[in-house]
Amino acid sequence: MFRNNYDNDSVTFSPQGRIFQVEYASEAVKQGSVVVGIVSKTHAILVVLKRNAEELSSYQKKIIAIDEHLGIALAGLASDARVLSNFMRSQCSASRLTFGRAIPLSRIVSSISGRAQSNTQNYGRRPYGVGLLIVGVDDSGPHLFEFQPSGMTQEMIACAIGARSQMARTYLERNVERFANCSREELVKHGLQALKESLTQDKELAIENTSVGIVGIGNSLKGSKIEVFKLYDGIEVKQWIDLVSDKSNISEAVESMEVDS
Amino acid sequence: MNHFPQAWGRPRDDIYGPYDGSFLHDSRPNQHTTTPIVTGTSVIAIKFKDGVVIAADNLASYGSLARFTNVKRLRKFAETSVIGFGGDISDMQYLDRALNNLEIKHAYDSSGHSLNAKNLHTYLAKKFYQRRSKLDPLWNHVLVAGLDDEDKPFLASADLYGTTFSSPSLATGFGAHLAQPLLRKLVPDEEAATKLSLESAINAVKESLKVLYYRDARSMDKYSIAVITKDGIELKENEKLENQSWAFAEKIRGYGTQVN
Repeated sequence: MFRNNYDNDSVTFSPQGRIFQVEYASEAVKQGSVVVGIVSKTHAILVVLKRNAEELSSYQKKIIAIDEHLGIALAGLASDARVLSNFMRSQCSASRLTFGRAIPLSRIVSSISGRAQSNTQNYGRRPYGVGLLIVGVDDSGPHLFEFQPSGMTQEMIACAIGARSQMARTYLERNVERFANCSREELVKHGLQALKESLTQDKELAIENTSVGIVGIGNSLKGSKIEVFKLYDGIEVKQWIDLVSDKSNISEAVESMEVDS
Repeated sequence: MNHFPQAWGRPRDDIYGPYDGSFLHDSRPNQHTTTPIVTGTSVIAIKFKDGVVIAADNLASYGSLARFTNVKRLRKFAETSVIGFGGDISDMQYLDRALNNLEIKHAYDSSGHSLNAKNLHTYLAKKFYQRRSKLDPLWNHVLVAGLDDEDKPFLASADLYGTTFSSPSLATGFGAHLAQPLLRKLVPDEEAATKLSLESAINAVKESLKVLYYRDARSMDKYSIAVITKDGIELKENEKLENQSWAFAEKIRGYGTQVN
């Protein structure tokens, strides 16, 4: 009786002008675990919460390095992100081959948004079920972009997508003024703090479930133009997790109280 | 429906008479550029401390006929680079159009990402190599002058084979034989180029153009010259060679024994 007749494919507008299939695709993004991105004047970072299917399984990778100057974090269908990341990689290497330069961020972002958009206007296709945060550095500095299955892309100062990301966004909005002048470490700390906001009660940040991706403007003293995009995983993220964990703060407090000599 | 796909969707023979399919079969093979027709001669360029000077005359020859005397063979690209074209003029015009399209495409980025001379040279070299690999070359030898990604003077060559090289001074065609030795006296190496002044670079280029006009039968005394620095491009397209030396010719009589 009250069946929705307008959500069978992505080429049908509803009487209100909506495309339900695209909206359903956006729901897939909300199912994915949370990813956070922040950009400062010198760096752009990704911080992600990885999930495992069960106790015995590995944690699903959420950050993909695309090129020296660029990486992405995904929320949603990982296989769609693989398709998009392969496409981005080929775009990057095409730019390096034909022009001998790293592709500008805005260019590669608009190329994937074009691809996603065309999937929403041809019969027999489906929208991508994945949202991306894209960080990178080009001639005009570090950038953070958000990508949605609808083909919408926006440049952001800070952004969080995925399940329960609203909490993280609230944190980011409260601190938005601070990010521009943050150092690399401060930026990661803010990212982890935002991530923590969106954790469920029984979860904690640990080296198994947290990944960090960093790219930045290079230290010209060393002669390198950029700090190449690097994914920090496992034990490498311990340094930052310890910085923001409640336990360390408590134990410090406890230690300082219990010292008697 | 019959078993001859060529006839499907075509007017029926029994009503309209036999179909004339002659246009479907080209009796001749594909014709690619096997030889240049209207040609430009040398392009010469030299690096100096703040940038690059590049020049080429305004002549397009039709064989030995000096057919077109007002052809501009230096082209600005994206306000930061100049390309000098030697070789076939129609292929130059094709490349000019391709580069215009490229420039427009890249200008859509509002964030000011434009291609520098180095990027442009890479692109042109790939284009040349792609075409010669299809046995359909673009019959040109070009010099790309401008600034690289570190704002340093950039000068490199690309030709119809996709061969590329770079040097503090470069010249195409006849200029490689006549102008290059003169320019090399000024800039034997990269270090010398970082010390060369604009004035002596321009003088050297003008002198070389003059020598080319003396000795190259496909050259002309009207020329274009461009100076590329961080501040932009200064392109002059209607220059004329000055201070030629012909007075000595009056004293020459015969080819040996004739005295008067």
